[in-house]
Amino acid sequence: MPASREKRNYSITGPENLRAQERGLVEAEWYTSPIPRKRLKELMKRKDGPAIRDTLIWFSALIAMGIVAYYLWGTWWAIPAFLVYGILYATPGDSRWHECGHGTAFKTPWMNEVIYQIASFMVLRSATPWRWSHTRHHTDTIIVGRDPEIAMERPPIWRILIMQIFHLYGGPVELKRFVLHFFGKLDGPEREYIPASEHRKAFWEARVYTLIILSVAAVCIFYQSILPAMFIFLPSFYGSIVVILHGITQHLGLYEDVLDHRLNTRTVYMNPINRFLYWNMNYHIEHHMFPMVPYHALAALHAEMKDDCPAAMPSLSAALKEVVIALRKQKFDPAYVVVKPLPASARPYMYGLSPDHNMANNE
Amino acid sequence: MTQKNWIEACAADDIDVEDVIRLDYEERTFAVYRTEDGTYYATDGYCTHQKFHLADGLVMGNVIECPKHNGRFDIPTGAAKKVPACIDLITYPVKLEAGKIYIKIG
Repeated sequence: MPASREKRNYSITGPENLRAQERGLVEAEWYTSPIPRKRLKELMKRKDGPAIRDTLIWFSALIAMGIVAYYLWGTWWAIPAFLVYGILYATPGDSRWHECGHGTAFKTPWMNEVIYQIASFMVLRSATPWRWSHTRHHTDTIIVGRDPEIAMERPPIWRILIMQIFHLYGGPVELKRFVLHFFGKLDGPEREYIPASEHRKAFWEARVYTLIILSVAAVCIFYQSILPAMFIFLPSFYGSIVVILHGITQHLGLYEDVLDHRLNTRTVYMNPINRFLYWNMNYHIEHHMFPMVPYHALAALHAEMKDDCPAAMPSLSAALKEVVIALRKQKFDPAYVVVKPLPASARPYMYGLSPDHNMANNE
Repeated sequence: MTQKNWIEACAADDIDVEDVIRLDYEERTFAVYRTEDGTYYATDGYCTHQKFHLADGLVMGNVIECPKHNGRFDIPTGAAKKVPACIDLITYPVKLEAGKIYIKIG
């Protein structure tokens, strides 16, 4: 699909919202790879075991690293120790927020909810508003004017990406939202995708978050030390480097306004450590196409559908390189996208609703 | 096919235990279920949150989960059990006769 060379309005309350609706891109039927129903049911089956195991490992590692960092406080060794602590805090915080938000990580609903609430605070995302934001992201993935989670507009703004290494762009935005929610208000985009029945819940969550943050601040003041905040709240900022490295591989540099996740989403092979931290979200095409398949079954899902998908990126570094090159090209040519050939075994790409358009683009 | 608004949905064995199939009839879409105790049910076919086919979702006990956003409904009553599903599903009477499933539509 030929992309626009003009700068577009990415606001979900702007004119692109109506344009997307007029083009049939809203709540549309998306392409799905053919997976036999019986196999898909097996893959969607829920389990508590893997997520309980991973959660215990995560919190154990976090506590252990926290103890190490505590005893190293006051020495130069505290810097790498807190960096590791921060990465262990924010990176699984992000992926657990994501998976538990989908309600698929655990079989038992309350376990998903407990970890979702904890992880939401850890990554400074209002639990209820972000649940609805992410719902929209899955309905209208990378549809301009509809998806509130498009990480970067075109041409890209590098300053935002660089600030996000320490969550200095998104973090303050979320803190401002906490304040708004605390006082019973939502911002414009939130009013677009959060139903009124959920507002009250969002406000009370913000009050709890604010209470925790103020309590940490009070302890810091009492002890005349920033150390307590180094364990709670500040890791959301100083530990964000891996979150952004994982996150930018998901969709950046790929198509906008298409109805086929193979065109706008990237699957990346990662090492076991990254896969643990990221909870297998490197299988991102698979996740978007079948979002009810739990993280622990995504590798198996990938095996089922890889012959219908473009080749996965061989590593995180290869994916990051592809993203950076694409963003640099989009700086001068916002219409540029990475075009990935399909294997001969795959069905053609589905660019949009028009069959003529799809055929023309698949030739 | 129809008799006083009863329509033939499928053979009883067409639906696995704890599963769901899609039934398109004229302009409408239904979901026909067989729960783990072997009872058959029918509801509207689309999730009430957004237009996604529930027949692509997962049946867990007496609950159907939307394949897109994790919205959940109680199959026998159609009651919405989990956001983003907030509106109940419409349910339809079901009968089993001579090895076939029929649902009564409005």
